[in-house]
Amino acid sequence: MYNFDFEKPSSVADAVAALGAEDAQALGGGQTMIPTLKQRLASPSKLVSLTGIADMKGVSASGGAIKIGGATTHATVAAEAGSYPALAETASHIGDPAVRNRGTIGGSLANNDPSACYPAAALGSGATITTNTRDIAADDYFQGMFTTALDEGEIITAVTFPIPEKANYQKFVQPASRFALVGVFVAKYADGVRVAVTGASNDGVFRWAEAEAALSSNFSASALDGLAASGDMISDLHGTAEYRAHLVGVLTKRAVAAAA
Amino acid sequence: MPKDSGIGASPKRREDIRFLTGVGNYTDDINRPGQAYMHVLRSDMAHARIKNIDTAAAMAMPGVIHIFTGDDFEAIGGIPCGWQVTDRFGEVMKEPKHPVLAHGKVRHVGDPICAIVAETLAEARDAAEAIELDLEELPAVINMADALESGSATVHDELGDNLCYDWGFVEENKEAVDEAIKNAAHVTTVELINNRLVPNPMEARVAIGEYDRAGDMSTLYTTSQNPHVIRLLMGAFVLGIPEHKLRVVAPDVGGGFGSKIYHYAEEALCTFAAKTLKRPVKWVSTRTEAFMSDAHARDHVTKIELALDADNNFTAVRTNTLANMGAYLSTFAPSIPTWLHGTLMAGNYKTPLVYVNVRAVFTNTVPVDAYRGAGRPEATYQLERVIDKAARELGVDPFELRRQNFVTEFPYQTPVAVEYDSGDFHRLVDKLEKSADFGGFAARRAESEKKGLLRGLGVNCFIEACGIAPSNLVGQLGARAGLYESATVRVNATGGIVVMTGSHSHGQGHETVFPQVISEMIGIDESMVEIVHGDTANTPMGMGTYGSRSIAVGGPAMVRATEKIINKAKKIAAHLMEASEADIELKDGAFSVAGTDKSVAWGDVTLAAYVPHNYPLEDIEPGLEETAFYDPANFTYPAGAYACEVEVDPDTGKVTIAKFTTADDFGNVVNPMIVEGQVHGGLTQGIGQALMENAAYDENGQLLSASYMDYAMPRAADVPNFTVDHTNGTPCTHNPLGVKGCGEAGAIGSTPTVVNAVLDAMYSGGHKVDHIDMPVSPSRVWAAMQKG
Ligand SMILES: Cc1cc2nc3c(=O)[nH]c(=O)nc-3n(C[C@H](O)[C@H](O)[C@H](O)COP(=O)(O)OP(=O)(O)OC[C@H]3O[C@@H](n4cnc5c(N)ncnc54)[C@H](O)[C@@H]3O)c2cc1C
Repeated sequence: MYNFDFEKPSSVADAVAALGAEDAQALGGGQTMIPTLKQRLASPSKLVSLTGIADMKGVSASGGAIKIGGATTHATVAAEAGSYPALAETASHIGDPAVRNRGTIGGSLANNDPSACYPAAALGSGATITTNTRDIAADDYFQGMFTTALDEGEIITAVTFPIPEKANYQKFVQPASRFALVGVFVAKYADGVRVAVTGASNDGVFRWAEAEAALSSNFSASALDGLAASGDMISDLHGTAEYRAHLVGVLTKRAVAAAA
Repeated sequence: MPKDSGIGASPKRREDIRFLTGVGNYTDDINRPGQAYMHVLRSDMAHARIKNIDTAAAMAMPGVIHIFTGDDFEAIGGIPCGWQVTDRFGEVMKEPKHPVLAHGKVRHVGDPICAIVAETLAEARDAAEAIELDLEELPAVINMADALESGSATVHDELGDNLCYDWGFVEENKEAVDEAIKNAAHVTTVELINNRLVPNPMEARVAIGEYDRAGDMSTLYTTSQNPHVIRLLMGAFVLGIPEHKLRVVAPDVGGGFGSKIYHYAEEALCTFAAKTLKRPVKWVSTRTEAFMSDAHARDHVTKIELALDADNNFTAVRTNTLANMGAYLSTFAPSIPTWLHGTLMAGNYKTPLVYVNVRAVFTNTVPVDAYRGAGRPEATYQLERVIDKAARELGVDPFELRRQNFVTEFPYQTPVAVEYDSGDFHRLVDKLEKSADFGGFAARRAESEKKGLLRGLGVNCFIEACGIAPSNLVGQLGARAGLYESATVRVNATGGIVVMTGSHSHGQGHETVFPQVISEMIGIDESMVEIVHGDTANTPMGMGTYGSRSIAVGGPAMVRATEKIINKAKKIAAHLMEASEADIELKDGAFSVAGTDKSVAWGDVTLAAYVPHNYPLEDIEPGLEETAFYDPANFTYPAGAYACEVEVDPDTGKVTIAKFTTADDFGNVVNPMIVEGQVHGGLTQGIGQALMENAAYDENGQLLSASYMDYAMPRAADVPNFTVDHTNGTPCTHNPLGVKGCGEAGAIGSTPTVVNAVLDAMYSGGHKVDHIDMPVSPSRVWAAMQKG
């Protein structure tokens, strides 16, 4: 770790101001950031912790949607997002208890790791990402692995998920990291089905359009027969591109079958 | 009734009180006054020529005390290798220099280049970034077959090529084996890879060097399995410090699995730096450094052929292996694929002819050395894979084929040098067939199929050579060390006992187990016995712990020393009771005169030894302290039969271990609970190798699985509740405890069991897959099922 200054503001406005300093960086739960710092792979001048901002924490549901503060931990979502069970379930399988008690939804979405779980939930639910300056639709937000629509110094203050009729997340764990080797989030809304896939593609989280079309007209696993996910799939030690493409199909079927 | 003390009892582990409540004393818990910190700058290239190292700017950085480079060690010895293998042609192996800090070239990612000593660790790391390295990258030698091609780049240019040795065993049998294979009714062949592993003990390595100017005395605190061995290797061969001027302390050590046997550069660096700088110097490995500097394991590429006659009797085994040595020869590396591997290639079977060829290869990778099982898992894996495949090809029951070929009479002289002293392999299989409920397998398979899963049953039999080792024998085989063990038993005036053992506990539980033996022998409470280990200043020269040798070699040393104590105590008791020594009996901690009601307590005798007022001073010395060195007459031969059931998800290839059952022969067992714990740990490591672990390099020599993000360690949830049994053992015939050792069995016996089970599951789903390489990851299983 290199030296850095540390601030822990209690309002979004103060956090934005603090992030104005050159090379300042936001700190959520630190579950990605701290290991990066320890490896000396980042050298921010200042870390601005967001976990002291009460407005950015907590879960509230109203009008068919659930709103999660940007600094809300995975453990809190797992415990309190009962009105959207598939979301709570997704949060409950991120990392281990230590990670879940620290890591935040804002940090996860800002980081947009290609194997992370929340990006699939957000994209699969058509969530809205609210920042200190604007609302961003999930479809516009994810722009490839580790890349998002966020500007420098922009803070995710909340994420709002419309609650579907049914949904499910299937995570097939990468045996070492226990991130998703492939994860598929399926959500059925009155106006159609969304299918978001994480872990599989070199382009990061993506929507599987053919599956969405098939499931929108017939929400059953058999509707997916004969469909195969395509695209620039990741190939690494843990699975070939072909295997990942196959898993997308298997997990989507399982998610449909399990959707509640 | 289970006993509640002595041999065969299962008292809770007394060391756990400090381990579990955070009051252990690990090397990193030690801090010495005035201590400075060392950071090691390592190569990020696999192979490069060092053109220049400019430390000037770094030396001027705040807090920097000194920066060492390879030049500082040129006049000093390199890291020695403890075993010299002689090849098929009678030539000794090629033994390259192993400099403490890289000199001339770097040879693997992680090869140490500079050691920066500073007031703080952060300052040392900052300075490392200011060192200007001018490295000219060279083509990396990674794949072993490529490394042996003529024209390949060479890891050590002075050796001419990358072949360390070409070993044949038993060379005189080569032609007979070839002939037997040619004439066989059936030959089964398997080509396989025994995957490279990173040992990953929970505690990473740490070293602290300290120098006392007043006494010209150096001390090294280190995470070692064998402090005396480190003292000898480092003192005599690297730094030129005689033993009486060098103390090595290995306090609580958080696991080793072999990786902490070896003498590592950082130990020499800290000791040397402390003496040079007159400051204690501490180095703590990060996990990332551990991945690139702790000796790796396994990494064999093998072709094995099994010949059978028309009645399915094994007639010959021929095996050819490429064994990866990595970039340098680690302390015991040459012995692992040879003497610890070839000598087990008869397995539990009467196969009359065996030929083992091993070519050891240098590559630009981390050195490879012993890891839990060391050579014996590699032997067992290939032999038990080929037997399983033969059973399938011949359409016979895999256990029946094994049973038919079992060795049944002991002692048994194998065709591969070793002589098994005892065993009963049929009894182990009989036990296993019941405890693993083979009869219920069909029903369990049907249940799995209802869930859409394929269920497979895999079996395995194995034997290992443990209790390492008879010194005169290993000396003939190239060992540059003896492999006896030592113990000093010091009885205090009021009867308490301190045992100073040359064995070293790094999690095994010696502090609990060794007192059980003394308690059994003398009849005093275990709480009266304390075990001291890990410090060359207060233990006799001993060889440490590995090769399942603590109870099998360290135990008898303690028994012999205790026998001497008892003999002397009997003389004292005889004097006190005015009886003849021959009539003295020791029972339940009291000496009595046979046939009378006269007796004296243990404490009366021990007090007399130290307050010798009424004492036979003309015949015996005062005091009660004895030392014994025990050199085993033979290896011990633990054996086992294992069964594993797996469920394979045909959609994803995911393998789940549903059931794992063992029947082990460890000879006599001192503490059943601890033995079971050792088996659980060994099985988990074997299952880890079989299903998950893989140290993979890319073609440029970068370690792809260099952290827990990509190196998959097994967790509790990845293994089932094990059903283990060790009640069908046959006592070892040549050591006084009848013990065989249990530390490695689980890791040795489990890999083929798991892989055989996975293949059986795939077959049951109609996938005729004859072999799959470890780790049997979901991706690989799925791919295999697509083809087969
Ligand atoms: C052992 C382990 C296992 C894990 N397993 C999983 C898993 O299975 N699935 C999974 O999805 N993830 C997993 N993670 C990642 C985990 O979910 C992290 O918590 C998450 O990726 C980052 O969240 P954080 O709050 O810790 O962010 P930090 O690490 O603090 O920050 C990450 C990045 O986001 C930025 N940032 C943080 N908060 C905000 C904000 N509100 N607005 C804008 N930018 C912000 C930071 O500046 C930084 O660039 C794992 C992590 C670990 C250590």
